Amino acid sequence: MDILAQQLVNGLVLGSIYALVALGYTMVYGILELINFAHGEVTMIGAMVALTVIGALLGVFPQLPGLVVVLGGVLVAIPACMLLGFGIEKVAYRPLRHAPRLAPLITAIGMSIVLQNAAMLVWGRQYVSFPPLLPQGRYVILGAQITDLQIFIVLLSFTIMGGLWLLVERSRLGRAMRATAQSREVAQLMGVNVDRIVSLTFIVGSGLAAVAGVMVSAYYGLAHYYMGFMLGLKAFSAAVLGGIGNIVGAMLGGLLLGIIEALGAGYIGDLTGGFLGSHYQDVFAFFVLITVLVFRPSGLLGERVANRA
Amino acid sequence: MNAHKWFASMLLVGILTGCGQKGDDTGETVIRIGSVSPLTGPQTHIGKDNENGARLAVDEINAKGLVLAGKPVRLELLAEDDQAEPKTATIVADKLLDAGVVAVIGHLNSGTTIPASKRYHDAGIPQISPSATAVAYTAQGFANAFRVMANDAQQGQALGRFAVHGLGAKKVAIIDDRTAYGQGLADEFERAVRAAGVEVVAREFTSDKATDFAAILTNIKGKGAQLVFFGGMDPQGGPMARQMKRLGLNATLVGGDGMQTINFLKLAGADAEGVVASSPGLPLEAMPGGKAFKAKFEARYGPIQVYAPYAYDAVYVLVEAMKRANSAAPAKVVAALRQTDYQGVTGPLRFDAKGDTLGGAVTVYGVKNGAWSVLEVIQ
Amino acid sequence: MRRLPGLDFLHARPGLAFALLAALLIALPFLVGSGLGNSWVRVLDFVLLYMLMAIGLNIVVGYAGLLDLGYIAFYALGAYVYAWLASPHFGLHLPFWVILPLGATFAGLFGVLLGTPVLRLRGDYLAIVTLGFGEIIRIFMNNLNAPFNLTNGPQGINLIDPVRIAGLSFAEPPRFLGLDLPPTYLYYYLFLAFTLLAIGVAMRLQDSRVGRAWAALREDEVAAAAMGINLRNTKLLAFAMGAVFGGVAGGLFAAFQGFISPESFSLWESILVLCMIVLGGMGNVAGALLGAALLTILPEALRYLGDLQRTVLGQVVVEPTDLRMLLFGVALVSMMLFRPTGLLSSRQHRREWAAEDGVAEQERASLYDSRA
Repeated sequence: MDILAQQLVNGLVLGSIYALVALGYTMVYGILELINFAHGEVTMIGAMVALTVIGALLGVFPQLPGLVVVLGGVLVAIPACMLLGFGIEKVAYRPLRHAPRLAPLITAIGMSIVLQNAAMLVWGRQYVSFPPLLPQGRYVILGAQITDLQIFIVLLSFTIMGGLWLLVERSRLGRAMRATAQSREVAQLMGVNVDRIVSLTFIVGSGLAAVAGVMVSAYYGLAHYYMGFMLGLKAFSAAVLGGIGNIVGAMLGGLLLGIIEALGAGYIGDLTGGFLGSHYQDVFAFFVLITVLVFRPSGLLGERVANRA
Repeated sequence: MNAHKWFASMLLVGILTGCGQKGDDTGETVIRIGSVSPLTGPQTHIGKDNENGARLAVDEINAKGLVLAGKPVRLELLAEDDQAEPKTATIVADKLLDAGVVAVIGHLNSGTTIPASKRYHDAGIPQISPSATAVAYTAQGFANAFRVMANDAQQGQALGRFAVHGLGAKKVAIIDDRTAYGQGLADEFERAVRAAGVEVVAREFTSDKATDFAAILTNIKGKGAQLVFFGGMDPQGGPMARQMKRLGLNATLVGGDGMQTINFLKLAGADAEGVVASSPGLPLEAMPGGKAFKAKFEARYGPIQVYAPYAYDAVYVLVEAMKRANSAAPAKVVAALRQTDYQGVTGPLRFDAKGDTLGGAVTVYGVKNGAWSVLEVIQ
Repeated sequence: MRRLPGLDFLHARPGLAFALLAALLIALPFLVGSGLGNSWVRVLDFVLLYMLMAIGLNIVVGYAGLLDLGYIAFYALGAYVYAWLASPHFGLHLPFWVILPLGATFAGLFGVLLGTPVLRLRGDYLAIVTLGFGEIIRIFMNNLNAPFNLTNGPQGINLIDPVRIAGLSFAEPPRFLGLDLPPTYLYYYLFLAFTLLAIGVAMRLQDSRVGRAWAALREDEVAAAAMGINLRNTKLLAFAMGAVFGGVAGGLFAAFQGFISPESFSLWESILVLCMIVLGGMGNVAGALLGAALLTILPEALRYLGDLQRTVLGQVVVEPTDLRMLLFGVALVSMMLFRPTGLLSSRQHRREWAAEDGVAEQERASLYDSRA
């Protein structure tokens, strides 16, 4: 029983990270119908920038409390990623808005390779370690070990997602976003500055990615130029699972995928009598993705995508 | 490619190679030896280290003067970069064979050594790897393939015995990262502990890019393992040590040379304490010629990374075989290499029928006060 | 085809041009081998292998407009089939001309198998699902050493038989007319034969009924369906054809290298082949060939950049290998922005990519096909 509880905790924490990254995919997809392949890389850049700032802060003010140092890192990483997201859209996607569908997709892949390798040149190929600055308290609840950091990650994810939901559903900006997602032309006719809305979507999504990146590297204690890629793929799968374009769906999909992975890797060996094992952990996300796309392309919460062609 | 471009490039190549071949008219015979390791990419520093080790030996031998069959011979080392890529390794092997090398010291990684070994085997020239440890390299039945370092089987077996006798483990969990290195090491470890009658309660897997091990570690915790063996590298080993602590899994983490690194200490932080990892070969301080080698090497190239002493010994083993054969003819040298009995910097070197070192040593280290310290040397 | 200046006399005499080209192709390994060494002949061999793959992927992506990011899986399947049937792994040593068609068929079947569930998906969804399939196949290859040792896991399969044709083993090359023919030369001619065959097949396909159906599918699925094109069969045929080319290339690779392991079939290789056709020009055989040649030779040439830095600056400041990936990424982005039809673009594609906004807009708006 305590093992099951522990696996659920593992999955919940992993899932909230997926959910936070998945939001970025879902928002961009909702508005542009484009998979922003580079989003995982933005997450990675967020972690790297934050780590650089944290290293510098610790070098100059070694007496600063850990939480303040990390906060300093996050506060620099967010605008840095926002700028990056804004730039990516402006340079790589906007000129191609009227090109055939394959074009922005290929630029997105190219952008992802560029960011990965630029990060490798700047920060090196070595794994960078995240200093132990955050509180490390541990509790035992229902037999499961839970740390301060895990509680913090889950709470922060939920808070951010709630805030984003409010932004999209209740604010003027959110209404413009939803209108743009429905139809760019009509939104434009109604006086919405579509280019501005698209830019803002990228900016908000990238800001969230920065937070997610710092969370991931703090949780695992490291960052690496390659870390964004797999994270991005899994988060995308989560977004599809929940119903792409749907904010609550991204949250649900992220949490579910995290739990599926934890339970899958934990129990598949025993369930199949050793035939399949935890080597197939990375397969689960793809399997979920393919199954959902084939049987229920609109995801769990998504509306049926109309055949508009 | 169109015709005039082709001629232009031919001309260029002609000029380049033509320049290289002059100036050898001192009456000496020049014998070329290849050295291959990654000289670009993430393993550059280790690759360069191998090259430097070989170069130091070559320069020493040239300074002393080498005479084969009554003629003075000068060695020339050709260092090539295989980028740690299997495909590039075969291209580089052909490049060296084109240049007419009589022997190759290399490659560094097992994944490149194996495909390249076929090329050297077909050409019939001896190959001595200073650092490739995969069992498969010498298991191909190639008479010309040798290595001067304990292989994964020797290391895994030694670690397995240490886990049972040194650490007294009764229930063991084994994880590997699904790379050729990690899996090979983990399988050998499993074989050794099973042979000693120890129960393997879980066999789990991860990948060489993973960072989250919570699910498999939780599973291992549920099975009551006292020792967790990880076959893999430090980027996974470090976070694994942390996550074990976080999950309250009170078992000793044990790994191979991929984890016995400075980087592991950084990545695992305070949770590195008590972790055990091995490395093939002796610690430099314990090598018979370690001190003298260190002084010589560092005066020229700076700090030793890892395998330089092995590359250095590999060159000497090769040249000793040439001396015994009184020839640099590859077939004769290969035959003479079998009879090697050489006291090297890294210890006594002899080969078994496959080309593996006999009785290669394995050193087991443990983390104490944030640093690696020797627990035991297994001969 | 645009005319090359100074070569007008060749256009007037196609027979002469053909003879010159044939002579050049036959002499190429000797020219390269004597000038740059045997290692460059090996590079040439890899160029031909990648050309095969690029031609195959071009059918899927360029002709039919289905973005496949898991193409390397078929290459892997072809390679593994070859390794299973011609190595000590299962103790089987079938001849090369039996295995290669088997591998191609197996890869083709997998193409259909993987193609079927994703028929309804389009564009980016298709891309990400095929990427997933590619990774799943690699993960299985990497792990199927237990409970039953099918692939020998990450250790890979070693000692794969070299190609043998009519009693002539490519590993022990004969002396031929007083010339030594190293294995790399023999493989060159073998790969050349396959590549020429593939070029022929691909060009014929493009102009065939099926080729026109693919073009219609690429440009507008709904209209294509309305014209009576069977979307399912047409798409599956594209997947299968592409997979067959990949399977053949994989089999040749296994025989050529003698050793395969899952690390040779990473996602990056899929992206590399995609880069080749994007760079060269999608939907265009000549473009695929050019892209494959450029991207295979470039890293080998970049190698000298490292040596150059070492001699001039005393150390390597920027790793050429690191730079290579960055350059590929930049190339992908800038090609799409500035020359989306590639270095050598097909006329048809140019027309299409310059289509009026309305058409593109409509194409983008449709996420799924009408049910195929």
